[in-house]
Amino acid sequence: MARVWKFGSNVDTDQIVPGRYAPYMRPGEDVGKAAFIEARPDFAEQAQPGDLLVAERNFGCGSSREYAASALGRRQVGAIIALSFARIFFRNAVSLGIPTFVAADLVAAVKDGDEVVLDLQRRHVVLGGREFPLPPPPGFVQEIIDAGGIVPFVERHGRFPGR
Amino acid sequence: MGQTLAEQILSRAVGHAVRSGDLVVVRPDVAMGHDSLTPSIIDIMQQELHIERVHDPERIVLAIDHIAPASSVGTANYQNAIRTFARQQGIRLFEAGRGISHQVLIEEGIARPGRIVLGSDSHSTSYGAVGAFGSGMGSTDIALIWGTGHIWLRVPETIQIDVRGRFRPGVDVKDLALKLCRELTIEGATYACVEYHGLEWLSLPGRQVLASMAVELGAKAGIVPPSGEVAERFPVPEWLFVDAEASYKRRVRVDLHRLQPQVAIPHAVDHVVDLSDVAGEPVSVVFLGTCTNGRYEDLRTAASLLRGRRVAADVRLLVTPASSHELQRATADDTLTTLLTAGAVLGSPGCGPCMGRHQGTLGDDDVCLSTGNRNFKGRMGSPGVPDLSRLSGRSCGDRGARQDRGSA
Repeated sequence: MARVWKFGSNVDTDQIVPGRYAPYMRPGEDVGKAAFIEARPDFAEQAQPGDLLVAERNFGCGSSREYAASALGRRQVGAIIALSFARIFFRNAVSLGIPTFVAADLVAAVKDGDEVVLDLQRRHVVLGGREFPLPPPPGFVQEIIDAGGIVPFVERHGRFPGR
Repeated sequence: MGQTLAEQILSRAVGHAVRSGDLVVVRPDVAMGHDSLTPSIIDIMQQELHIERVHDPERIVLAIDHIAPASSVGTANYQNAIRTFARQQGIRLFEAGRGISHQVLIEEGIARPGRIVLGSDSHSTSYGAVGAFGSGMGSTDIALIWGTGHIWLRVPETIQIDVRGRFRPGVDVKDLALKLCRELTIEGATYACVEYHGLEWLSLPGRQVLASMAVELGAKAGIVPPSGEVAERFPVPEWLFVDAEASYKRRVRVDLHRLQPQVAIPHAVDHVVDLSDVAGEPVSVVFLGTCTNGRYEDLRTAASLLRGRRVAADVRLLVTPASSHELQRATADDTLTTLLTAGAVLGSPGCGPCMGRHQGTLGDDDVCLSTGNRNFKGRMGSPGVPDLSRLSGRSCGDRGARQDRGSA
């Protein structure tokens, strides 16, 4: 079972990891521990590998800091599911191989604290016996995530996606 | 079929005509890294991609601007590693104190009309001020460019901003930028390029304000067609022009005659209200700086309002020029002296306190009025701080003057 951490709209990357917790400012620290450390300290303290991060519109807006996405990757979130994503954050999450989906029905149905089952193979989330499909992202995005990120993709294929 | 500026620039880079929605691989003209992220970019390139040397050193620029100069042993060590890397790889480095990357790359002619200038910073949209395709990316993408010379991207659709008229007295380009945030919202231009039309008369600094704020609309790029002052100063390729046949996703018309001074209030850049709605709110810190409004023109505007007056005793005015050149311009006339006489605290050219890391971090009880670009919670300081921000240089000085009269 995965716990749902539900957020609203316009969650910016300063909330996800404030600048003063950047790896540059804290060499040797695990940036994963700083995920939402000021905006939602309960997430920072309690989020477990496999948990689901669910948000409304424009998740990850603001600064391009990739360490916001990598902090969530280091916490091993099972997936990030939102109504929409800010473009740099989405690109960074995909580059790092973090499963990312746009799924309006699921976002509307879940509440913070719900326990669900995330099945990435079947590409759905099960909440209270009901299955919510996770619409597949554009083909090249899925290719990158399947490879584990853009670096593994480029290493394996010797090219960028889409060719 | 006509082309937008983004389509023209990306077509030239790819070598054949491309349309919005196309997935392309390009060789960027410039890939910028700053001090905050270059250590991680180097790591990714060398440790993860196993590439020791950058592909095109002449197409890479490094700038120490986020923590300038170093504030701790850790940041100093990182900066020394960046210096060593630049020296070993033959990469141009702008030192701490030279200024903010987005300002310096324009001053040095590195960002210029028709180029693709990508950076490890979301405000890389700023290069659109000179008609370049400027966009921000994360460390992994920049590492891929440094290591391979190429990157993939989707050709964006374009939103046209059709500006009519001129600013009224007391209103300037920051008010236009904030008005656009209000109209389009913080996600209104997500994945799109924004083209700003009707601004042939607008100065380069004015264009920089608009282009830097494009990302606050969610945009991938924000381009002002190279014209007027920009066309006089930079070579403009003959293939780069506003095409009457171009296809836009959306057109937004703005009449400057009706534009009032605007303020973005906590905690989102699109929480924009008329200045008159918040006049009289007490502040403890006024910050004049950033890639958006830290230039000579902004300092001069503030000086004109503070001449002969002093900053109120319970207010701190922090001035962080966007570059050493802009600072020197402010010393050539009485701009800097006026600010210092009024009680301003001068910081070294760079990003300053914008990200809440140094040179004026805010405390729990501070209220800050800023000429910067973002007012997200916790950004300039404590998460509880209301960061009343994003005024134009003129309005910022105006507030400082009101504080001086003790009307807080």
